[in-house]
Formats: sequence, C-alpha cells, structure tokens
Amino acid sequence: MRLEMQRAVEMLAESSPIALGQAADLERRKRYDDTVTFIVDRNINYTNVCVNECRFCAFFRRPDHKDAYVLSHEAILEKVRETVEAGGTQVMIQGGCHPELGLDYYEKMLRLIKSRYDITIHSFTATEILHFARQAGLTVKETLKRLQAAGLDSLPGGGAEILVDRVRHQVSEKKITTAEWLDVMKCAHSIGMESTATMVIGLGETLAERVEHMEKIRRLQDETGGFRAFITWTFQPGNTQLGGEKTSSWNYMKTLAMTRLYMDNVAHIQGSWVTQGERIGQLTMGFGADDLGSIMLEENVVRAAGTAYDMSIQKMADLIRGAGRRPAQRDTKYNIIKRMDGEKI
Amino acid sequence: MTELIAARKRAAEGQRLSLADALLLYKDNDLLSLAAWARAAKERKSGKEVYYNVNRHINLTNICISGCPLCAFQCEEGDARGYVLEHEDIGRILDEARTVPNLGEIHIVSALHPTKDFSYYVQVVQQVKAALPEVDIKAFTPVEIVHFAKMTGKTIAEVLTLLKAAGLSSLPGGGAEILSDRVRQIICPKKATSAQWIETMKTAHRLGIRTNATMMYGHVETIEERLQHLITLRTIQDETGGFQAFVSFPFHPAHTGLEQLKRVGSWEDMKMMALSRLLLDNIDHIKAFWIMLTLPIAQLALGFGADDLDGTIGEEKIIHAAGAKTHTGITSSKLRAIIEETGYVPVERDTFYHARQEASL
Repeated sequence: MRLEMQRAVEMLAESSPIALGQAADLERRKRYDDTVTFIVDRNINYTNVCVNECRFCAFFRRPDHKDAYVLSHEAILEKVRETVEAGGTQVMIQGGCHPELGLDYYEKMLRLIKSRYDITIHSFTATEILHFARQAGLTVKETLKRLQAAGLDSLPGGGAEILVDRVRHQVSEKKITTAEWLDVMKCAHSIGMESTATMVIGLGETLAERVEHMEKIRRLQDETGGFRAFITWTFQPGNTQLGGEKTSSWNYMKTLAMTRLYMDNVAHIQGSWVTQGERIGQLTMGFGADDLGSIMLEENVVRAAGTAYDMSIQKMADLIRGAGRRPAQRDTKYNIIKRMDGEKI
Repeated sequence: MTELIAARKRAAEGQRLSLADALLLYKDNDLLSLAAWARAAKERKSGKEVYYNVNRHINLTNICISGCPLCAFQCEEGDARGYVLEHEDIGRILDEARTVPNLGEIHIVSALHPTKDFSYYVQVVQQVKAALPEVDIKAFTPVEIVHFAKMTGKTIAEVLTLLKAAGLSSLPGGGAEILSDRVRQIICPKKATSAQWIETMKTAHRLGIRTNATMMYGHVETIEERLQHLITLRTIQDETGGFQAFVSFPFHPAHTGLEQLKRVGSWEDMKMMALSRLLLDNIDHIKAFWIMLTLPIAQLALGFGADDLDGTIGEEKIIHAAGAKTHTGITSSKLRAIIEETGYVPVERDTFYHARQEASL
C-alpha cells in the first residue's frame, strides 16, 4: 500500500529514525537481500564559472574571478584516460552554467571521449541542460537528442535541491524552477535517456516540502519509469552565502528511510558517504540504502595509480562488509559487474 | 533457527539474555531491530530522559610503567613528551574550572607513574575538594587503585577508604578493556588483571563508592569474549548493584602498539551500543561517549539504547592522543539541542544521576 503525503509528513514529524529505519530496511531486504553496490567513477568539473550564483554553493566563481577556470578538451580527455586506467566505468562531467561556452563545446567533448574510450558518460544536471538549450536557442528535447547523439548516456539527478519553488526562490533564485527540472527529466526519459534524482535537505524546507519533493519524483516515475535511483544529500554550509547549521544525523537518517518507504517505484536508494562521512555512510545501510554511490576517484588518488585505487575499493568493500552486507561493484545502470565475495564475517 | 527466534523474542520482551542468546543476536546482525529493542529497554529504565553533565577532565600524568600496547597516551619516564601536573599546575586548572558555570564533576584519570607517592594523589583529591567543594570528584580507574595498593603495600579497601575520606565521590570504570586474561596478555600485559579489576570494583561498591563500568572493544578480542565481558559485568552488578553506568569505547588504533588494526566501523559501534543495553539489564545507564563516537554518531546512539551523552568536557588528552578528531569540548546548550531533536528530554545531572538546578541555562 502506497504512502500518502499527509501520512508521510506525520511519520517524519513523529517517528524516530529507528522506527522508520526498520520499515525501510525490510523494504530494502525484500529487493536486494544482502547486496550493497557501489560504482567506480570520477567527477570532472569542466568549469566553475556560473551565472546562477546560488547561495548554497561554494564552488562557483564569476567569469572575471582569479580562480575562474574552463578545462580544455585535452585536459578532460586526460582525466578520462586516467579514470579508465584506474578501472573506472563512468565519468560524471558537471560544471557551472558558463555564459559563453556553446553546445558544440559539449558535443565535441562527448564525441572525443566516446571515440577514444569505452566509458559511460553520466553527465550534466538538468540545470546545465536547460542552460545549454537556452544558449543554443533549442528546445530541451532537441538539446538532449543532440547530446545523446554525441555520446551522452544518462543524466545525474543534481540540481533538484528541493522541488518546491518557495524554497528554490530563497536559495537559488536564478536557477532552474521545479517545473523546468521535472521537464528536463521527462524529456530525457522520453528519448530513452535514464537518470537519477536527488534531494538536498537542510535548505530551510519544511517536512511537508520534503515529502512534496518525493511526491513529484514518484509521480513522474509512474509516468516515465526513467529514474534509476534516489539520493539524499545534506546541505553543506561551509563557505556558502547561505551558511547555517548542518542537518543532524538524526534528521538525515529519518529522511533517508522515508525516501525508501515513499518512493516505492524507484529501484535504488543511495546512502551518501560523501556528504555524511564514512561513519554515517556505513549506517545508511541499515536505514534503507542499497547503494553507497561512488568511490569518487580523486585527482591525486588517480595519479597515484594502482595502490591508492585499490585502497579506495578496499575501503568501500570493508565499509560494506562491516555492516554484514555483500559488496558488489556496479555499472551506471546498476548491473552488478563484480562481486567481492569470500569475505570473512 | 528456533533458538534465534527465542532469543529475538526475549530481547523484544526485555527478558534476561544468555551468552548464547547474545551470540545469536550478534550474528543475526539485524541492527535496526536491536535498536528498537534497546530503545524500549532504555525507556523502561529512564523514560524520555537523556543525561549529560558539565564536567572537566584532568589527566595528571602520562608517564606510565605499564607500557600497554593499546595505549597512545602513555610514555616512559625520561621521554620528552612526559609530564606530571604538580599542585600549582592543578591549582591553575582549578582556577579555570571555577569559572565554568554549573560545573558538576571533575574527572581524573592518569597513567601509572613509577615514583609519584600515593600521598600526591590523596592531596590532589583534597586540593580539588577544597577548591570546588560542591563538585563531585570521579577519579582513578581500578587499574590506578591496584597500582596505589602495590606502591603502598596497603589493601585495595584501605586505598579506597583513604581516597574517599579525601573527597573522592566515585570511580570511573576505565581499565576494564575486555575482562579476559588471554586478551589482556596481548593488549595490556602489565596492568591490573581481570580478577584485580573485579575485586577493586566489588570493594568500592561495598564501601559505598559508586562506579561506572567500561569495555574497550574492536582489538584482539573474539565476539564471544566481548559478550562474555558484558555478562561478567552483569554478574558483578547482580551482587553489588554499584555500577551506575556502562560506557563502551571502540578501540582507536592510531599511534598505539596495535596500529596494524583497523578501527571498527560505526555499524559495529551501534550494534554494541544496542547489545550492551539489552544485556546489561541491571545497569541503569548506558553512555554514548560523544568524544569517542563524534556528535552525529552519539546523537544516533540515542536511538540505540544510550541515555547519557557524558559531558561538556574541557580538555581531553588520552583519546585524542590516539587520533580522535572530535572537538575537545562542547557547550551545554549544544548538547541539549542534540538531545531535544531526538524527542528526548535533556537532564543535566550530577555524578549520581540526580537532576541539577539549571540556573545557568
């Protein structure tokens, strides 16, 4: 039986993360038993120049700032090469909404990568897609088709923040609206380009607004079936204009468990060790998460070659085994490509 | 399987668990069910209350004769890192402590110094008592008490009686590690044996000195040894009733003689938190020592059976020497906010778990 919005808000307000976690863990177990997956990939941020200037963002720079940068195609290809050599199966290329780069910059980037490397390109958030479309004077669908033809495989779910315009207006007024974000996803799914969905909590939203966000994803998923996974992040207040307190572990776990319970039609729930640290990250496996996302090869880690890379995979596998679960490496589509069994209890 | 079902039923109903039950529940690894049962057990003991205190730690010396492989704090005499707080140093710390609003407890644990006379420790207690007459003094682990007895040729009861007369309120429960001599031979071969630790605690309880009990896990012990440790504590408690709270410490291997080991994960920490609450049915309080666990994990621990977040702590040296990266102190209002968010009621307590006047809030 499907959770109603009203009931979900009540549960978030009144239940402990333990009660919600127990229910979410049962749901997870039915679907995946003891397997917990992760992916080996790399983030490539092609530019930090952004016209949106969101108050929660510590990454963006204005075009004339001394730290502003745009990566050349050569630099990006070099990073992709390192990723492939380190055993990565996916690149997540994301950047700011640059005022001058044209669609050909992105198309050429994708074609160059695909012509040289066998790697999945899971790249560009809905925010960027809309920006590209506007710059090029194309519709979102036309833009997505062009990018797909150039080699774009799937879209990451970033930029969703909270899909309620009241909240978005306060934290990122220049950025994509709720309807626009959902529309980009709908268009992508309609041309066979699947995606993930995210939510950022701690932006000043109410519990009802969190549930409203989940409801919007669930409703679109009923229609398209194109969301592979849902990921909850917590707002990181450091170095941002918005500032404020970090969302507590209690609050995060409760919300994480609710995402598993509410979005019965989204296959995977990802625990975020990146925003929560590995300690809370490990515990997400008890609260409904069946995937721990990416080991995120870092620049220096990739450069340090074999050993450091093994360490990262080893660390992820240990984290999963430490919860009594079976670690497995997956690809972007959540197919398991490598099991790491033979683990001791 | 039927045994597991029976063990789960006993845990859910709050019945006493055997070692066999505990082992089955451990292997079952159903973390959230353990949490739910432990949370219910906590609420049977302390309702909606969660305790904390305003405290300061003093570590008198790090110069130690026991050289335990598990420790990152101690050093030998003559080592440049070595220090001993003399009475004037302590005086300065106490001057600072007097400015702490609503200070409730001074916590003193230290190394086993080779030459410092027992009279020094008695005087420290007297000095603290004189400076802060309203503040409880929780000082000296059983390991230190056994050391004092050896140094002086006095019995444990005599040592404890003298310290109590000087102003000691209670004993912390440290140094228990795992009460298995096989394990102690590896991690702390020269310090108090299991029998000595137990004898000290029973003696203290008989003399009306309340204590805590501890466990340090995640090093070389087996799971059975770990769970047996909890049963041993429960058996002592059945006899004396003198343990106020139980505190477990995950082993931090950095900078110790056991650096090849890995720190266990938070999953294990929460599992032990819940299992401790379930097994120790006769100990009132389970502490989530935030300085060990970090605040986010300590807050979650309130869902896994803990009912005490320890204290505000001024400066802490022993755990930070082993690489703990937590801040060394926190305000009461922050602790209260963390507790309130979980739906529990924060209670500022004294050493004996009585609510204190919250005049300073």
